[in-house]
Formats: sequence, C-alpha cells, structure tokens
Amino acid sequence: MNWTSFDLWIVAAGALCAVACALPGCFLVLRRMSMMGDAISHAVLPGLAAAFLITGSRTSLAMFVGAAAVGVLTAIFTEWISRFGNVDRGAAMGIVFTTLFAIGLLMIRRAAGRVDLDPGCVLYGAIELTPLDTLTIGPLDLPRVVVVMGVVLILNLAMVGLLFKELRLSAFDPGLSDTLGFSSRLLHYLLMTVVAVTTVAAFEAVGSIIVIAMLIVPAGAALLVTRRLVPMLLIACGVAAASSAIGHWLAVEVPSWFGAEATNSSGMMAVAAGLLFGVAWLFGPSEGVLTTWWRRRRGADVDHHRGPGPAVAERR
Amino acid sequence: MKTLIRNMSPRGDAADEDLSGHPSDIPLAVHDLTVAYHRKPVIWDVDLDIPEGKLVGIVGPNGAGKSTLMKACLDLIPKTSGEVAIYGKSYRSQRRMVGYVPQRESVDWDFPVSALDVVAMGTYRQLGWLRPVGRKQKRQAMEALEQVGIGHLAKRQIRQLSGGQQQRVFLARALAQDAKVYFMDEPFAAVDAATEEAIVRLLRTLNERGKTCLVVHHDLATVSSYFDWLVLLNMRVVASGPTKEVFTAANLEKTYGGHLSLIDDALRALRNVVE
Repeated sequence: MNWTSFDLWIVAAGALCAVACALPGCFLVLRRMSMMGDAISHAVLPGLAAAFLITGSRTSLAMFVGAAAVGVLTAIFTEWISRFGNVDRGAAMGIVFTTLFAIGLLMIRRAAGRVDLDPGCVLYGAIELTPLDTLTIGPLDLPRVVVVMGVVLILNLAMVGLLFKELRLSAFDPGLSDTLGFSSRLLHYLLMTVVAVTTVAAFEAVGSIIVIAMLIVPAGAALLVTRRLVPMLLIACGVAAASSAIGHWLAVEVPSWFGAEATNSSGMMAVAAGLLFGVAWLFGPSEGVLTTWWRRRRGADVDHHRGPGPAVAERR
Repeated sequence: MKTLIRNMSPRGDAADEDLSGHPSDIPLAVHDLTVAYHRKPVIWDVDLDIPEGKLVGIVGPNGAGKSTLMKACLDLIPKTSGEVAIYGKSYRSQRRMVGYVPQRESVDWDFPVSALDVVAMGTYRQLGWLRPVGRKQKRQAMEALEQVGIGHLAKRQIRQLSGGQQQRVFLARALAQDAKVYFMDEPFAAVDAATEEAIVRLLRTLNERGKTCLVVHHDLATVSSYFDWLVLLNMRVVASGPTKEVFTAANLEKTYGGHLSLIDDALRALRNVVE
C-alpha cells in the first residue's frame, strides 16, 4: 500500500462530498423522504441542459445555478402534485423526476453535437481526475472539488447547527411545528434547497451514484446504531468519511491482489458505505441481528432455539 | 376567480378575515364552520361558543368530525367556509394562547428523541427561531414531566415508553407550552388506569389555574364526572352547554342515531349519574 498525495486528494474529495450529503441525508431519512435525493439528482438534468442552451457555455456557475433551481422545482412540483392531485408523495416524486429527466434528455438531444455529456460521467463521475483540476487560493494549490465541497459542507454544518431544534421539530411533528410558529413548509423547502445544492455540487464531482448512496446509506446505518439525534448525525458523518477511504482502497488496492486493474473509486465508495451499513445491521449495539442473537443465547436458555427473526420483525 | 385562488392556496382559507365581531374574552368561538374532504363535508355549519375556564368534552360517534373540528380550529387542515376565533382573533395571531395534544398515532415513535427532548419542544415558542434549547427550557420540561409522574423516564427514547407513558409525554409537552386554551385529541384513547387518573388530575390542575381545555372523548360513562361543559357532535353540533343540561337521553339519541348498543351504554351511564 503506497498512497500518493493524488490518492489522498481523491479520498478527501470523496469524504467531503459524503459528509456534506450525510448531514441533510439524516433529515431526509427521518422524514421518510429518502427517495427525494434520488429524484432531485435525476431531475437536475434539464437544469444543466437549459443552463447550457441559454448561456451557451459550460461554465460551472451557470450549470450549478440551473441544476440547483430545477432541483428545488422538483421538490415544489412533488408537493403540488401530491396535494392537488391527491396522490401519494412517492408516486408524485416518480411522476416529476421521470418527466424532468426525459425533458432533460430531449434538450440534450436537441443540442447534440454542441455538448458532450458522457453518461458514464453522470453515473459515476470522474473522482480520479479531481486532483488535476486545481484552484490556487493564496499559497495553496487545492483541487477545485475539495474547495467547492468544503464550502458546501460548511454551509450544511451551519444549517444543521443553527436550525437544529427547528429541523428536529418539523421532522418529528410538523403539526406542532406549525402551531408553534415554525412553518414546517418553509423548513421543508429549506431542506430541499440544501439537498439540491449539495446534490448538484457533489454530482459534478463524483457522479450520481455516490450522491444518492451518501445521502441515505450513512444516515440509515447511523439509525441502526443509535436512537439519539446528535450521535446519529456524528455517526453518519463518520460512516460517510470512512466509506470514502475504504472505497478508494477497495478500488485501487484490492483488484491488484487478483491481478486486475484498479476500478472506479466513487462506485466503490458507495459499495463501502453499503458494507458499513451491513456491519451496523449485524452488530448494532441494541438491535443488531447478531447482537440480539448473541444476547438471547447468553441470556435465556429457554429461547435457545429461536433465531433473531422475531426481534427484527418486531422493530416496526 | 377569488374562490379559485382561495381553493388553490395551500391553506385553502383566507387567514386574516376580520374577526372583530367576536368577543375577546371567549377562548373559542366557531362560526358557520364547514370542512370538506374531496367535496364531501365532514363537519357542517358548526357554531360554538366555549366560555373561559371550562373542561369541555367533545363527544360523538366515530366519523362525527371531532378531530377534524380541532384540526380546522388550529389551521392544520383547510376550512371550506366559516371562521374560528381564539379570544376574539384569528388563530394565526393567537398561537401562543393555544396548546395542542395530537392523537398518539400522529407521530413516529421510532424518531431518535428522548422524552425530555419531546417535552422541551413545548418551550420552543418562547425561544423563537435559531436560539437553542437552554438550561431553563430543560428545567421547565423536567418539571412538566414530573407533574405527569414520569420524571424518572426523561432520558428514555420515546419508543421505550408504554402507550400511557407516551400519552403523558404529550401532555407534559402541552404543559410546557403554558397556553391558555388546550386542544386535546383523544388523550384517553387506549391508556392504562394509572395514566387515565394522571390525565384527569392534570385536567383538574389546569382547570384550577383558569385554563380552558377541549378534550375529544369517547367514553360516555365518564363524561359527566370529567367535564363540566359538553359538545355533542355528529357532523353538526347537536348540543353544546353545561354537561348537566346537555347530557340527556334525547340528545344522545340524536347524536348517535341508530347505534342502539351505544345508546344503551349511554343510558346506563345516565342512570349511574342519577343514582
């Protein structure tokens, strides 16, 4: 194992994306809106295309604004359709993001020849190339992705820090939130804006797979380990950062053991997050499958023959 | 066009209508209130005036619109028509007067919060936006928990509480809100005897402090011992007034219609009162 600064920058970029996603992701999971990240990350395509068609350039600021705006629109349309069309929110999400994604594809076809949008890049990004694209800030020469995601992470930390009690209240009991004067609708759209901005920023760097994975998987894993909100946020960030390092290692080192070439890092980061989720599922201190099984074996000999099944089934 | 806009607006109601006609010493005045889901009315032309300092039972058969009435009063669902005044003004400007205890099923009990966290939510209004929960709020929350008899469970995650204890957490949260008029949606539903007693004690305490409590209630046998004011509801208001005057066989028959077994229960309850 001989990692260069190149590898370290890749891990840092992945970790910043993952942690920035994990913070709003925790609140998505708690609000039972996990698929919103998926919907938003797909629906930004027409935003990207429109920004390109209007400005005629691929400068990242225009693309960023266009994509983030459409991301927020996805959340607004979903609310409208589920409210006025009287359909389930999940179904409304499905209607909105497939439609927007299709419009985006059409727009890109129209602009074909003028824009090179590589599907591979959209799916798993180009995290291996991030150290090459640098920004010079004072004496430092930092990868652009690291700077952008660092800023997004600080914004997300600020939001969760400042609005912790409001976000918790509106996720737990939107009715009370409204009656106390903290508009749950306003907080919902704020969270959706943050998810959209984070998704678009990270998407550009690492592709849509890791974005979706990093919004949901660390939060899900953390919820298996703890039933407290602050520890949940911390554990989710830890899982996110760890999966970035483990994922890059899985992509670069492990294939060489079998004489294979290195594989895609951001894809492997998503795999690593999945593996950590599995670990939490098996070994979670209160409800882990193996933990429960072990406790039963040691605790009550009467229950000797009963597997962990019922304990898991009882959870919800 | 105006109605269309009103129907399209998320809340569906004109929030700041002029409510100057309502006296400001009446905790809850409801005028011509109609609420419909998908064009089917759930409550129809409801008129109510609740005097201050009463323990008010809201009673009626399933589907009579009891919860709907409460939610419409608190702007949680849109009103189709009519108006609601809390101490003479619209709910929006009187929020701090109102405490709400929703039905227990309305929240996710797996949510990662402790009993104390939930009760402390009652103090958020005095904090306002951005300011975090401090020592003072935690102390208030702890006092409220002790008042409902579960101070020792403050640190528990809420899933680890029994149904009755969960209900008491909700009540403690309403206490921490320090409101003047309380809306409680079926606090007695599926609770153990100890909790029922704790709730009754709490209602009495609130009553002694001059608070007004509106309670959606199911058990006709306990109506006359718990409440001094009664609203009988079945889509419309069948009767509203002091329990002694309103809780009669004729009114109950009007409220419950053909449900004979229920009327039998009610008559038995009435007989108990007479004896």
